Amino acid sequence: MSIQLDQSQAAAPSGAPIGGSAPWKASIVAELAEVVRNQAVNAEYRHLVVNCSEEAAAAQPGQFFQLLCPQPAGEQPFLRRPMSLYGADPDKRQVEFLYKVTGAGTRGLDTLRPGDQLDIMGPLGVGFTLDPEWRHIVAVGRGAGLATLAPLARAAKANGTQVIAVFSARRPDLLVSVELFHRHGADVIAVTDSEATSGPANVERILRRLVADGRCDAFFTCGSSRLMRVQQRLAREFGLPGQVAMEQQMACGIGLCYCCVRDFNVNGEIVNRRVCWDGPVFDLMEALP
Amino acid sequence: MSMTPNIDLSVAIGGLTLRNPVMPASGTFAEGLEKVMDFNRLGAFVTKTITRELRAGNPLPRVVERPGGLINAIGIPSKGVPYFIEKIMPHYAAYDTPLVVSISAPTAEGFASLAAELSIPGVAAIEANISCPNIEEDGKAFAMRAESTEKVTRLLRAATELPLWLKLTPNTGDVPEVARAAEAAGADAVVVANTILSMAIDLKSFKPCLGNIMGGLSGPAIKPIVLRQVFQCAKAVKIPVIGCGGISTAEDAIEYMLAGASAVQVGTATFLQPAAMTTIIDGLRSFCLHREIPRVTDLIRGVVIEEADEPDLAWLDPVS
Ligand SMILES: Cc1cc2nc3c(=O)[nH]c(=O)nc-3n(C[C@H](O)[C@H](O)[C@H](O)COP(=O)(O)OP(=O)(O)OC[C@H]3O[C@@H](n4cnc5c(N)ncnc54)[C@H](O)[C@@H]3O)c2cc1C
Ligand SMILES: Cc1cc2nc3c(=O)[nH]c(=O)nc-3n(C[C@H](O)[C@H](O)[C@H](O)COP(=O)(O)O)c2cc1C
Ligand code: FES
Repeated sequence: MSIQLDQSQAAAPSGAPIGGSAPWKASIVAELAEVVRNQAVNAEYRHLVVNCSEEAAAAQPGQFFQLLCPQPAGEQPFLRRPMSLYGADPDKRQVEFLYKVTGAGTRGLDTLRPGDQLDIMGPLGVGFTLDPEWRHIVAVGRGAGLATLAPLARAAKANGTQVIAVFSARRPDLLVSVELFHRHGADVIAVTDSEATSGPANVERILRRLVADGRCDAFFTCGSSRLMRVQQRLAREFGLPGQVAMEQQMACGIGLCYCCVRDFNVNGEIVNRRVCWDGPVFDLMEALP
Repeated sequence: MSMTPNIDLSVAIGGLTLRNPVMPASGTFAEGLEKVMDFNRLGAFVTKTITRELRAGNPLPRVVERPGGLINAIGIPSKGVPYFIEKIMPHYAAYDTPLVVSISAPTAEGFASLAAELSIPGVAAIEANISCPNIEEDGKAFAMRAESTEKVTRLLRAATELPLWLKLTPNTGDVPEVARAAEAAGADAVVVANTILSMAIDLKSFKPCLGNIMGGLSGPAIKPIVLRQVFQCAKAVKIPVIGCGGISTAEDAIEYMLAGASAVQVGTATFLQPAAMTTIIDGLRSFCLHREIPRVTDLIRGVVIEEADEPDLAWLDPVS
């Protein structure tokens, strides 16, 4: 026999609140979201939009979700897969993801069609922080790292902060979100492997010029440890702050299992932190490649 | 609206009364779940295993997935006892839910002194994770043999007056015999069981998938095996058996209780559905309602076995 539970019953806390305090309410939810769109944006990346709850749509730039990916034919991904928030619209109650098909889980995501359901869990982790004083920020991303930085552009605009985005990709046709950054008034500088402009030396030259022009009050980065090292060097040299969004394999995504740990350098001492819970966004100077 | 009959979900586990039989499995639970569920609903809290010494844990990768399960070799990263008492315990003090502290040590003496040190207000019970290597026994886990289980339980019993749970390993030939040894030496309950020792190899690199080479399998894949061990242990001992292995739904928990478990621990399922434990509690209540079972304890050892159907497992272990 099976037991049917309706959602409201499953989610409702039982019993009266203890000591008259406010009833308990979840701030991280796992729920069935409805797929609105799941389309290729280029040869590698897919754009996924889902309808979700108010809690999920309250996700902040730099936070992520754990997606319970559908099983593609012949494969059985067991764990959830972490995906950065690509966009959130609290009014429409939607969240968006930008993903690259790499293995069983993302192959499963690729099978989703509008109207299908996807179990999403989030919002998770510590996102980016923007200082209202910052007039210009520089966001450097490569690959799927651009997805993570995209919602930052929107938040920066709301903050009155100008974004200069340095995007790195293998080929120009694999650059994603350029449009989106433009829409939020960002300047985009693209560098690619095929045009031989993406090397760390060239990126460093670009970043030095931005700093010299007074257009960099802080660095934001995701997706490349080579580029992260360049920014760490410049941040130290010019005394600039920075934040980096990091990746690590995750099982729980919520700080329980300690499989996602990385080493960080905190004032000269090496400490172990959970990327899912203490991050995924960390202080640029503390991150180790 | 009609009156809902009251279902009694409470269970007694060796001197502790839990509001319901559902609690987390050690190592799959932490304060972060506060954002997912109301902690006042759980039967108990069970901490990640703590050790006296500081430990870094195992090299990465620490987990690998396989169909129906997860192999982990997290190791036991630990910040030690003072950190636990000062930084972790206060999180749980705000709740009206008993705190069970899981402990581990490389020697039986080490187990006993750690249990004594943690027998403090705020700790409701000690769960001794005796599935880890015993340095006096050449690295074999304490719970792999009845003798070492008997010794560590005896020392633990003398060291603490708190309810004492022994968490057994499934990686041994005769789990019921080990459970009997724990009971004889004064355990208040046994937890059956920890993860199943296993391995995975990456066909791209020809290397083991885990940094530690071997790890422990958990999740739905292990449920039938551990369920059988719970059934055997519940017949072998009078103290409560707490079932742990692959429980992700209320049906799984009910199956365990029918096999003889007095309570259940939920581990890997929380990684996939963070609110799994509260969903299971709700499911237990609805099951009892539908089947008109007034007390959840009525399920314990409820499996129906006709005399003639008694299983003969001799072929599994030709030596015994
Ligand atoms: C916080 C965070 C945010 C992310 N955001 C995005 C995003 O917005 N877009 C995107 O395309 N990708 C993103 N990734 C990477 C993405 O999670 C992996 O590509 C994805 O898990 C691959 O799963 P798979 O089943 O397709 O691949 P498989 O190779 O079959 O996965 C096998 C295992 O390896 C893990 N794994 C594989 N690649 C990675 C990786 N790069 N980082 C961490 N674990 C990995 C999987 O989680 C799984 O446990 C993010 C990762 C993290 C940690
Ligand atoms: C990531 C992970 C970490 C674990 N850490 C511990 C631990 O510290 N101590 C312990 O006694 N068991 C530990 N376990 C084992 C679980 O408590 C449980 O016995 C096992 O996972 C089987 O239950 P499950 O199938 O419900 O997960 C761990 C399991 C997992 C998956
Ligand atoms: S994924 Fe479990 S602690 Fe980070």
